[in-house]
Amino acid sequence: MKKFLKQFKLPLGVALVYILLFVFSPDIARRSSEVTWEYFLEMAFILPPVFILMGLMEVWLPKDKIQKWLGNDSGLRGGFFSLALGTLPTGPVYVAFPLAASLLHKGASITNVVIFLGSWAALKIPQLMVEIKFLGLPFALTRFALTTIALIIMGLFMKAMLTRFPDKEWLKSRENLPD
Amino acid sequence: MNIVLYGGTAILLALSFQKDRGKSMKALKKAWKAFENILPQFLVVILMVSLLLSLLDHDMILRIIGAESGWLGVLLASLVGSVTLIPGFVAFPTAALLLQGGAGYMQIAAFISSLMMVGIVTLPVEMRYFGKRLAIMRNVLAFFFSFVVASVIGFVMEVLI
Repeated sequence: MKKFLKQFKLPLGVALVYILLFVFSPDIARRSSEVTWEYFLEMAFILPPVFILMGLMEVWLPKDKIQKWLGNDSGLRGGFFSLALGTLPTGPVYVAFPLAASLLHKGASITNVVIFLGSWAALKIPQLMVEIKFLGLPFALTRFALTTIALIIMGLFMKAMLTRFPDKEWLKSRENLPD
Repeated sequence: MNIVLYGGTAILLALSFQKDRGKSMKALKKAWKAFENILPQFLVVILMVSLLLSLLDHDMILRIIGAESGWLGVLLASLVGSVTLIPGFVAFPTAALLLQGGAGYMQIAAFISSLMMVGIVTLPVEMRYFGKRLAIMRNVLAFFFSFVVASVIGFVMEVLI
């Protein structure tokens, strides 16, 4: 119970606002509750398979494997792998940071790391399902295609820039890292 | 769409169970945990946005991020997307609600794109891992990219609707 209260303290707080609204401004309260309920139902319907997919991916795609595939090779194949792998794993982008950093440390190219980070953040397949559901196929497809192209360009550009103007401060701090 | 999603998940889950029961149970547990983690945040956002939509009238939303708000609305949406940190699962229904409330596709596209690709909140962490230059360059480029997404999606949706 205590855990529940702690976890749900924010929604409960907002619910309290709703209760107050029902007393003082029943009209607005009714309208808000209707919209809330409608969207809750829609989400409740789509989320179970999405989360099960995420769970399955996490179990069957261990992180060390991802590192191996993305590892030292670069070029077109590496870029494609970075893009594809970013779409599969789950978790917020700050989970991708340490993973991508260790890839970089193991010799992956900057291009691949930028592609991987961007694809992880913006092109995840389970997330895409929800996007199609709520914003429609044309919206989701356009964004997906644009983002894919942009990530490749960004990756190549950033690699060129950082090769020409290396981040000396950061490279120096990395020298102390263990292999 | 829903049939594909449910059918595909069911097939994959069945395959997974056939191959390794323990791993599959672990996957289900992870799924539940992820769901449990996101639920409070999700409820808050839905409750707040619904409330906000009832309080703000249609005209107000139209003025701030409506189709007529133009590039200023796009800029505003991109800025909000850059500083917020909400998962896509929550962002998409929110965006759909705003669209219904009168927001424009360009502005919503800018919001979604910057939300995912620009992270001001996570920037310090990113700088620690990749250095200042890479992190800042990546976020600045992603910010400008959200304007590209806005204009192309705005065009596509205009053609389609």
